[in-house]
Amino acid sequence: MAILIDENTKILVQGITGSFGGRHAQLSLDYGTKLVAGVTPGKGGQKFSDTVPIFDTVSQAVNETGATASAIFVPPPFAADAILEAMDAGVELIVCITEGIPVMDMMKVKQALKGSKSRLVGPNCPGIVTPGLGEKSHGGCRIGIAPGYIHKRGNVGVVSRSGTLTYEAVFQLTQMGYGQSTCVGIGGDPINGTNHLDVLKMFNDDDETEAIIMIGEIGGNAEAEAARWAKDNCKKPIAGFIAGATAPPGRRMGHAGAIVGGEEDTAEAKKKILAECGIAVAETPSTMATTLMEAWGK
Amino acid sequence: MNIHEYQAKELFDRFQVPSPKGKVAGSPEEAAAAAKEFEGAKLVIKAQVHAGGRGKGHFKNGFQGGVHLIESPEQASEYAGKMLNETLVTVQTGDAGRLVRKVMIAEAVDITHEYYLAILMDRDTCAPVIVASTEGGMSIEDVAHDTPEKIFRQVVHPLLGLQAYEIRKISAELGLSGDIAKQFGKTLKNLYKLFIDCDCSMLEINPLVTTPDGRVLALDAKFGFDDNALYRHPDIVAMRDKEEEDPREVAASEYDLNYIGLDGNIACLVNGAGLAMATMDIIKHYGGEPANFLDVGGGASKEQVTAAFKIILGDPNVKGILINIFGGIMDCNVIAEGVVAAAKETGLPIPLVVRLEGNNVEAGKATLAASGINIVTADDMADGAQKIVKAVG
Repeated sequence: MAILIDENTKILVQGITGSFGGRHAQLSLDYGTKLVAGVTPGKGGQKFSDTVPIFDTVSQAVNETGATASAIFVPPPFAADAILEAMDAGVELIVCITEGIPVMDMMKVKQALKGSKSRLVGPNCPGIVTPGLGEKSHGGCRIGIAPGYIHKRGNVGVVSRSGTLTYEAVFQLTQMGYGQSTCVGIGGDPINGTNHLDVLKMFNDDDETEAIIMIGEIGGNAEAEAARWAKDNCKKPIAGFIAGATAPPGRRMGHAGAIVGGEEDTAEAKKKILAECGIAVAETPSTMATTLMEAWGK
Repeated sequence: MNIHEYQAKELFDRFQVPSPKGKVAGSPEEAAAAAKEFEGAKLVIKAQVHAGGRGKGHFKNGFQGGVHLIESPEQASEYAGKMLNETLVTVQTGDAGRLVRKVMIAEAVDITHEYYLAILMDRDTCAPVIVASTEGGMSIEDVAHDTPEKIFRQVVHPLLGLQAYEIRKISAELGLSGDIAKQFGKTLKNLYKLFIDCDCSMLEINPLVTTPDGRVLALDAKFGFDDNALYRHPDIVAMRDKEEEDPREVAASEYDLNYIGLDGNIACLVNGAGLAMATMDIIKHYGGEPANFLDVGGGASKEQVTAAFKIILGDPNVKGILINIFGGIMDCNVIAEGVVAAAKETGLPIPLVVRLEGNNVEAGKATLAASGINIVTADDMADGAQKIVKAVG
């Protein structure tokens, strides 16, 4: 049954008239996703792609269309406000694609999310895909910027902080004939809404997910925390990869959160913790899928 | 982004965080004038570069030390003459050293005790955390390792901000009392305001000192700013000193490319930060040394790819290039056209291995093949890494 989203999930796009948001909204429509509304302040009443109604506010969009998930593409200075607006409108799943939101803004958003019924995924993430059953996984739910066509419906759950490394893992799996239940990009920022552990728990409870690939990188302790939980609680085989073994300390490697601060958040330290917790660690990014197959007994 | 010591002092002055008197000078005359202004106080002259170890460094003209006590305005002028427009080499600058274009004349204070005080954005709690210790003036990593009980941490509520009781708690942990505690409280309050108002990611004062004449002063500071928030701080952006940065990184930033120079000889050009890190890792895994981190982003244009290619080729250490693109949405042919344009413009004196996968990959491969340029193609990341390591030898 996949996690977070399925082919029936109705989504709206905040920032649908921007070039980036518009392009990916169109790709989601082409993929067969139930994209039911767009939101751009001041452009209410217009239509996107001749079919999707645009609203001035998220509340209007939710009330008129019943959308339960939102994809946010608005520029960084306005992204925190967009997340809070979606939360206020009662959107259950808020996926923020925007890269470059100030940390202080996210610190406040994180506080505001506590006790709300919304889950935030991201920011600075590729989004979520639950592949469909059609050709090239058409008919699935695609929120964000991932290439839909590389997916295949199946039983591997993928969770990652990096977009392109997720695609790499998905591509390897699909080429080997193994599909995915859901692929979740949690984003590369230091403060995000959903972490590795949250997603592992969901995969663990999901009947359709039989095995998991968890991709992490230097910085923070989210991967270690997830691994320690998995050691005693996860019933399913997990393969892991940690990027950034060659990253110099103290430098921000593209992702705002990818920075080695202390001994504990290096790639080596994380790989060691993963291995100690029974996760099969891929030595290179080329072997993420094959490492999983070995652990899975395929 | 880093700032100079004299710029840190400007920020302290603006937020009323007390620090030793000081003035920046760009010429021997200005240095003498500053020394005259502070006459009567014990003074030091300090070379302004973004690198530690200045005191023990040396200038390429033979002058020893980037920090000196000075006795008179004449001596300030003399020493400034030996430092300005000269190259200072310290343990942190490497052999190339850094050109000194400013010096600071500052009050040399007597110290009663050295403390450590920092405010950081803590990712575990998603809140600012204040770190304080009675063991100032040394590396906090060493203190954390040897005497962790001497480090005190106080998490601040993100929405409530720093509370009076939190200041009292920290002050008590540091063993401060009376007027010194009062001064410390005011300093910490102002420092917290600076941290929040300037979107800092880190603000470290090591040491924060008390003096025999009863003052609390921030003696040395290290700032980290949230790059994502710089758009709302033009005053801080104006403090950026590009002369202090790796010229390759400056060039890359002009094209919105994420580039970090390293010491190896295999350059890489990749889309996506995670994949870029993983590409460096796999080069190392197969026995090579990466020359850089370079993420051209998810929507790179032909111009950006060309610029990236030129920056890579501008590094004399580079003996080979690995291009690794997983163009999920990004058109592989755009990358291919950028590479071909750049290679034609600059010539291609070194081996180039290209791994292309994803959207419009056939057109991209055809563009590379039709270009007549000597490009080795790879089937996947491992294949590409092995081929470039072998080619570089």
